[in-house]
Amino acid sequence: MNEVTKIDGIGSSVRRTEDKKFLTGKGRYTDDINKPGQVQAYFLRSDVAHAEIKSIDTKAAQSAPGVVGVFTGSDIAADKIGGPICGWVVPCRDGSSTKEPPHPLLAQGKVRFVGDAVAVVVAETMEQAKSAAELIDVDYNELTPVVDFVNADKGAQIHEEVPNNCYFDWELGDESATNKAIESAAKVVKLSVRNNRLVPNAMEPRSALAEYDSLDESYTLHTTSQNPHLTRLVLAAFMFAIPESKLRVIAPDVGGGFGSKIYVYIEEAVCVWASKKIGRPVKWTADRTQAFLTDCHGRDHVNDVQLALDDNNKIIGLRVDTVCNLGAYLSAFSVVVPTILHGTLLSGQYDIPAIYTNVKGMATNTVNVDAYRGAGRPEATYLLERTMETAAKEVGMDPAEFRRINFIPKDAFPYQTQVALQYDIGDYEPHLDKAMEMIDYSNFEKRRAEAAKRGMYRGIGMSSYIEACGLAPSAVVGALGGRVGQWESASVRVNPTGTISVFTGSHSHGQGHATTFAQIVADKLGIPMENVEVIHGDTDKTPFGMGSYGSRSLASGGSAISKAVDKIINKSKKIAAHLLEASEDDIDFKDGKFVVGGTDKEKAFGEIALAAYVPHNYPLETLEPGLEENAFYDPTNFVFPSGTHIAEVEIDPATGVVEVVDWAACDDFGNLVNPMIVEGQVHGGIAQGIGQALLEDAHYDENGQLLTASYMDYCMPRADDLPSFKVGYTNTPCTHNDLGVKGCGEAGAIASPPALINAVIDALSPLGVTDMSMPATPQKVWKAIQESQSVAAE
Amino acid sequence: MYSTKYIKPNSTSEALEAIKSMGEGKFLAGGMTLIPTLKQRLASPDGLVDISGCDLDSISDEGDTIKIGAMTKHASVAESGLVNKAIPALAKLADGIGDRQVRNRGTLGGSVANNDPSACYPSAVLALKAIVHTNTRSIQADEFFTGMFETALEENEIIEAISFSKPTKANYVKFPNPASRYAMVGVFVAQFNDGVRVAVTGAGEGGVFRHAEMEAALSSNYNADALSALEISSEGLISDLHASPEYRANLIKEMTKRAVV
Ligand SMILES: Cc1cc2nc3c(=O)[nH]c(=O)nc-3n(C[C@H](O)[C@H](O)[C@H](O)COP(=O)(O)OP(=O)(O)OC[C@H]3O[C@@H](n4cnc5c(N)ncnc54)[C@H](O)[C@@H]3O)c2cc1C
Repeated sequence: MNEVTKIDGIGSSVRRTEDKKFLTGKGRYTDDINKPGQVQAYFLRSDVAHAEIKSIDTKAAQSAPGVVGVFTGSDIAADKIGGPICGWVVPCRDGSSTKEPPHPLLAQGKVRFVGDAVAVVVAETMEQAKSAAELIDVDYNELTPVVDFVNADKGAQIHEEVPNNCYFDWELGDESATNKAIESAAKVVKLSVRNNRLVPNAMEPRSALAEYDSLDESYTLHTTSQNPHLTRLVLAAFMFAIPESKLRVIAPDVGGGFGSKIYVYIEEAVCVWASKKIGRPVKWTADRTQAFLTDCHGRDHVNDVQLALDDNNKIIGLRVDTVCNLGAYLSAFSVVVPTILHGTLLSGQYDIPAIYTNVKGMATNTVNVDAYRGAGRPEATYLLERTMETAAKEVGMDPAEFRRINFIPKDAFPYQTQVALQYDIGDYEPHLDKAMEMIDYSNFEKRRAEAAKRGMYRGIGMSSYIEACGLAPSAVVGALGGRVGQWESASVRVNPTGTISVFTGSHSHGQGHATTFAQIVADKLGIPMENVEVIHGDTDKTPFGMGSYGSRSLASGGSAISKAVDKIINKSKKIAAHLLEASEDDIDFKDGKFVVGGTDKEKAFGEIALAAYVPHNYPLETLEPGLEENAFYDPTNFVFPSGTHIAEVEIDPATGVVEVVDWAACDDFGNLVNPMIVEGQVHGGIAQGIGQALLEDAHYDENGQLLTASYMDYCMPRADDLPSFKVGYTNTPCTHNDLGVKGCGEAGAIASPPALINAVIDALSPLGVTDMSMPATPQKVWKAIQESQSVAAE
Repeated sequence: MYSTKYIKPNSTSEALEAIKSMGEGKFLAGGMTLIPTLKQRLASPDGLVDISGCDLDSISDEGDTIKIGAMTKHASVAESGLVNKAIPALAKLADGIGDRQVRNRGTLGGSVANNDPSACYPSAVLALKAIVHTNTRSIQADEFFTGMFETALEENEIIEAISFSKPTKANYVKFPNPASRYAMVGVFVAQFNDGVRVAVTGAGEGGVFRHAEMEAALSSNYNADALSALEISSEGLISDLHASPEYRANLIKEMTKRAVV
């Protein structure tokens, strides 16, 4: 029996138990795994953006050294293997549904972006596979590429099934009420913003290793996935038409995802297929160039915003018309991101009586665009918070005060927005106040003046964001076009000595679940954390689960664990009542002990566990032996983290360089399980947001070539681009989950871009600059300064 | 990477013999540029002659010059007491190249032979009136760089060392490309008794170049103010995603001002 040495429960900043292996280079990623007889797959990819394939000659490649197979789209078609599916569709304004063109595993007849897979070469070594691929002769009939998504409707049609290159034209809200508000407004603030295109850049590139066992006709796939059960479902049910039980999907250590590893990609499916075809394990690992070209990108929106104000500067209406780029094929969640996860967030933290939005999702000859940290919510927050700041300046109010008078008041919760969501709880003024205090907002003008003496422009900008996380009530998901449930699962197995194995449907790819989830269990059971082991990422071990994205792991996955532990406690009470010869109602559970109320009779948790597995003295007639419980938790609502971030910058007019000099983040994530991990998530999120606002931009030229396909040209944020962050919290615990938790994984990336761009514009406002697009690169900022000076000179 | 031969000789003469025995061979120095090129299958030499065993990595004070062996790593130059005393600007330049890993592999000779238009060293070679010593001759800096990625080196000619003249004053200021952190504009300013030399890297379509007008202005008055009235032409400057010729022209002036302190 383990002595209770220490309790690292909810609320303590326990060091991450998984970090030892990661920091010592002992993580075990898909590419680290090798199987006897394994061969390597290499994909020949299209180097043109849009073309018909006239012919593919693979003869020379077939007989090249080391080659064991060369396959093209016709081989896939002959075996009737389906392609990736879209997991969520929306209705269109004209009553039709989202247009869903097929996405073949290897190109059939046409290529639609630079990087589209045309053939796969499987060989003994990767170098042999690459050399053989060079011998494949593809004859293309090039078509005009469609790159500019705003005008994609006028471009060459990319898919037969998608007229005008428009996948969907969706709307939400009350258009006539909103237009009326705009017509009757005392002031209408108009703004067009662009949300730049980003490459997710997980540290570990995608990889897959598939193995076929001909004896029991089953497959095992190791892959870089954020949700192995979903991968199994899609591969088994939709692509290969095999029973799920014949496919085991393992996502071992996964080095970051940020959304890009949610989806089933063609490469992992081809490896599964080829492993049977060839009869040997097939491995594929992307190099960084392939990652740039073929990982789903993020964002890429333009939004036209109209914000209607009354005489008192209160918002009376908001209209947003959006066009977004979804790329060459629909990806699993590419439809839901710019619609359901975007349009429903447009009320922000504000009481807005009329909202309408229209979103057009366009096809282009660029790689697919799908969820990226924040997924839809950063886009909503960006356009709204840029507009709020612009409106405040236009009506001559302090941006903080303008936000304050428009906040949903504290006593208005639960608050029904005009865009479907109902916020359960929130209180926005405290985080605004606290963030202002943290950054010493009231003395900002002194700092601006001091910087001016040094020849620098100093600016301050804020963003008060809301996000909907913890996906999601399944019935709501279904009603909104989702094709999956969004519950989460957990299985809690108490071992005979009282140690615990937690099997979670969530998946950790950097978030620290092994620590956070163990803390929850340790706290609830009153046992030391080291007695709790968290197991995830293997469909043969864990219950069917939905995986990790949308800041859902704690709110949904953690809640499932909490529920399963409650079941364990309930059953344990029955066992304790029997052992202690007391009534179940008289048993209290506290600090890891079952006590008969008002007496000193007690049993430790470990004693109960042992009794359950060695049931010599046990109520077997009424109770099953063993101690293991499952829970499936379907949330009753989204969770709604909120907060205010304030950025302060200094701009060097001679070079246009923007330095982020200070940052205050005050977030309401509900209860915090591990504040250190939360702070890490906030830091990482802000870093990515600063990356988007100042540095990152995925740029295709007019021929559809990705010009920023390496780190020579795609600029990632580095430590020296970032200030030291001031992080603080307020707390309104979530009302509808047991833990009172919300979600913190995406907040930083959602809140930060508008705060930073608002600060940049504020810095340049003495020059008359009122707009700045992302990323605010030195060249762009310098140019804006030059242009403002030449305007001033005229 | 295509498969290729690898040889590591113990002297320059052995290295020359080895490379002559190959159809199209390549000297391999730190490999920081060459190896990625090979990995991306952008080159397929018949063989690699690794010159790291050829005793080319010494730094010596030769009176009016500092002589640095071609195989001297950026980190060694950055840390060298001799260099820091005689030409601190050169040590600073070396210390600002790439990251720690690159500085501990990449070499002076590799950088200069490669003549990447965004590389830092070529500006020092040009501004510090350097002489490039090869196995056959000594080449004046002004004759060495002949265009983007092009030099006066003949086939199979090996750089053995470079002698940098000691200036009375010098400085290197680099505006890094935000993504790669190579020089988007780098300016090396060196003052000698007979005048000032200003070499600009990262900006020219023809690679590193000297800026005659700024040299003239600073030769008569070694002060940032001397540059104020100068209009820097954007003609012949590189245009890419990160910087237009006009922006580069602005940075040339600005970095030069910052270098003159
Ligand atoms: C991440 C990264 C960041 C970098 N950042 C910078 C930067 O900020 N500034 C900068 O200036 N550079 C930068 N570099 C380039 C770096 O300085 C390289 O080391 C340098 O350009 C090449 O030197 P090397 O010794 O690695 O040469 P190699 O890659 O081995 O060789 C380069 C070429 O020179 C030839 N060569 C090498 N030595 C000789 C010789 N002695 N005689 C004749 N020919 C020779 C080779 O045959 C080859 O063609 C960066 C590189 C990387 C990978």
